[in-house]
Amino acid sequence: MSQVSAEGDPALLETRKLTKVFGAVTACDAIDLRIARGEIHALLGENGAGKSTLVKMLFGSLEPTAGEVLWKGTPTRIASPAEARRLGIGMVFQHFSLFEALTAAQNIALALPDRTPIATIAERARTLSTGYGLPLDPQSLVADLSVGERQRIEIIRCLLQEPELIILDEPTSVLTPQEADRLFETLLRLRGEGKSILYISHRLDEVKRICDAATVLRHGKVVAHCDPRDETAGSLARMMVGTEVHAIRRSDAPLLTGGEALLEINQLSRPPATPFAIPLRNVDLQVRAGEIVGIAGVAGNGQSELFEALSGETLQPDAAAIRIGGRDAGQLTISERRLLGSAFVPEERLGHGAAPRLRLSENLLLSRHRTDRNAFLGRLGIVFSGAIQLASQRITKSMDVRKSAADPEAAALSGGNLQKFIIGRELDRQPSVLVVNQPTWGVDAGAAARIRQALIELARNGSAVLVISQDLDELFEIADAIAVMHDGRLSAPLPRSEATFEAIGLLMGGAEPGHAGRAGEAA
Amino acid sequence: MLFESVLITIATAATPLLLAAIGELVVERSGVLNLGVEGMMVMGAVCGFGAAALTGSPWLGVLAAVAAGSLFSLLFGFLTLSIATNQVATGLSLTLLGLGLSSMIGEAFVGSAGTKLPTLAAGLGAVPVVGPPLQNLLTNLAELPLIGRFLFGQDPIFYISILLVVGVAWFLFRTRAGLTLRSVGDNHASAHALGINVLGIRYLAVMFGGACAGLAGGHLSLVYTPQWVENMTAGRGWIALALVVFASWRPLRVLAGAYLFGAVTIGQLHAQAMGFGIPSQLLSAMPYLATILVLVLISRNRRLTLMNTPASLGQPFVPDR
Repeated sequence: MSQVSAEGDPALLETRKLTKVFGAVTACDAIDLRIARGEIHALLGENGAGKSTLVKMLFGSLEPTAGEVLWKGTPTRIASPAEARRLGIGMVFQHFSLFEALTAAQNIALALPDRTPIATIAERARTLSTGYGLPLDPQSLVADLSVGERQRIEIIRCLLQEPELIILDEPTSVLTPQEADRLFETLLRLRGEGKSILYISHRLDEVKRICDAATVLRHGKVVAHCDPRDETAGSLARMMVGTEVHAIRRSDAPLLTGGEALLEINQLSRPPATPFAIPLRNVDLQVRAGEIVGIAGVAGNGQSELFEALSGETLQPDAAAIRIGGRDAGQLTISERRLLGSAFVPEERLGHGAAPRLRLSENLLLSRHRTDRNAFLGRLGIVFSGAIQLASQRITKSMDVRKSAADPEAAALSGGNLQKFIIGRELDRQPSVLVVNQPTWGVDAGAAARIRQALIELARNGSAVLVISQDLDELFEIADAIAVMHDGRLSAPLPRSEATFEAIGLLMGGAEPGHAGRAGEAA
Repeated sequence: MLFESVLITIATAATPLLLAAIGELVVERSGVLNLGVEGMMVMGAVCGFGAAALTGSPWLGVLAAVAAGSLFSLLFGFLTLSIATNQVATGLSLTLLGLGLSSMIGEAFVGSAGTKLPTLAAGLGAVPVVGPPLQNLLTNLAELPLIGRFLFGQDPIFYISILLVVGVAWFLFRTRAGLTLRSVGDNHASAHALGINVLGIRYLAVMFGGACAGLAGGHLSLVYTPQWVENMTAGRGWIALALVVFASWRPLRVLAGAYLFGAVTIGQLHAQAMGFGIPSQLLSAMPYLATILVLVLISRNRRLTLMNTPASLGQPFVPDR
């Protein structure tokens, strides 16, 4: 290991055989980890590999089942986050631990144990944030801030506690490429000041770029310690996944140009439903037969609102704002839109895409009882369970859904497998229009490749596919054109041949000419 | 002076609502929904009355009412916080239990003469040395026209209720502890991740709410109508709960709502006495209608309302270890 220091100089933090058992599941199995002073240490692994569990134990929010943590060489029990903070461990959470109804300064104050007045804290936060090039207005309400700005609050809050070890949980998953670059500069500067950083990510190029050491987890076990700079992205991915990940095959068949526009969005606007929601502003888009159009954007810029408007979860006053297969659909319900040949896959799998406590076959019936009425219900409306079981088996087979029982409850499937089932459930109908929000969010690499391949095949068979995703790599891999959503507005789609990471990234930050950026974002 | 006595009857009608509501406001701001206000209130009423009857001291009665309310709320706290039971169901059963238990405890006191809590001035008079001059001062001030008696001649619980509203507003929005309490109500998972003791704070909030409801009950049986009648809270706990929601969890609006309700209650009684030919049932419903109407009007600003709504209200919190 490259980071092993001289004898007698203990690592800043070390774990020995650290284990966490939840019921029958061993989330972390005898983890050995060693973080030296002044290094950026990557913790790599797929979703469900045990990264979050490990980090929660280091930050005191979970109690280890077995094993020990050594802080500066001394065995230490970290009983609570407050305890971790006292030791000098700070954490920037993946799902932000911010309070929407409070200001930035109040959010920061809540994490500081002392009795410093909020005005003083606001001043220190302002100074620190300018110093690190992370501009932040302490008086702004969190609800009004972009995701990137929210992350700044988390980072500033963490730095104000003067930690020696900073844990960052997937920090770039919510940032534009430019925001990520700025974050990396800050991290390198912190390393220069002698602080250690535990950097959790599954983005391998980032890890290769800024990390000095890496620990790779798979199924709760450490599979490798390595120096990411000596590895390739491919070799790191192999360590994480355990097998080779198949590259997506795009058929070389020429794109059907000038296909019929099957999904049309015309000047779609929508007022915000809650104080924290984003209004949609004059969204225009056409998706033609045979093409995949991607919508990129930082989370929370109106993508969910757009999806709800398209799927029929909220109706539009102007029926012509949404046209499916040449028919006005703005006033139609979800089932009526499905009957026009469209299909929808929402972002949230449990509770939205599937009813958690219902079996897969029941979930299938729930979403397709109108479109497949003849096959599933017949004239009298009696459930033909045989036909539904057969269709369910067909879907699980074609999408390679791995399940523990013949017809398990939706909640019993892992996230990736459930997503494969939900997408397969829609693809099985051969829809002419498919709208999917975050198709591979939290899905492991193997399942993600499978899902992307299926989307490409659907489009090549003449359907119009609209993919909303935060994952730029994904969009560049599958989309024929990419539009960017920012602050409720949608840019004109760029053909993939013309789109670059830089161009899309700038649009994600709201940098379109004549486009009002968010306050504070411009600095 | 008719005006002055009407003002005082309004205050007397509003005070128990205000007390119960301001306590529940703090509970709900911490993210806990306690529907047992009525039960805690009636327990406060019977225990306050009982203690005053047995000891002869209405002051001990007040203390007993506060203690009964907070102890009773502790039962709710244990169930919903430590065992994470459903808050709605637990709160409802707390009300039912309180009504039943109070009838049982109070059986001996039905029809017995009550002890009325003296006014603040009279109460101060009993304090040695500093008491009598203060009593004189207040008695003289109470002679002021129109509002003298309203401001200076009332019972101590009235003053406590006003101080509590101001204190709660200051605590919630001007102190770090209040910020912490609001953060727990806004997002208990985040608060836990920051190392804030979510359950500890909620326990304290629930007990504060219980103490306030108990005091409200004590006001009913020691000031409003100094006697014990079964179910004497007569739904006031539910009004208090509604006031909190309609006031969009803001203390000064609770004050306004409680006094508005009190004013219309007294107003309709006078209207009934004068016999306007309007069905009395309709008049009796007036306070409820008026309060709902006005509070709906002032909470029209949706953004403000949602910003003030505790986002994790009613959700049980179970930290995983």
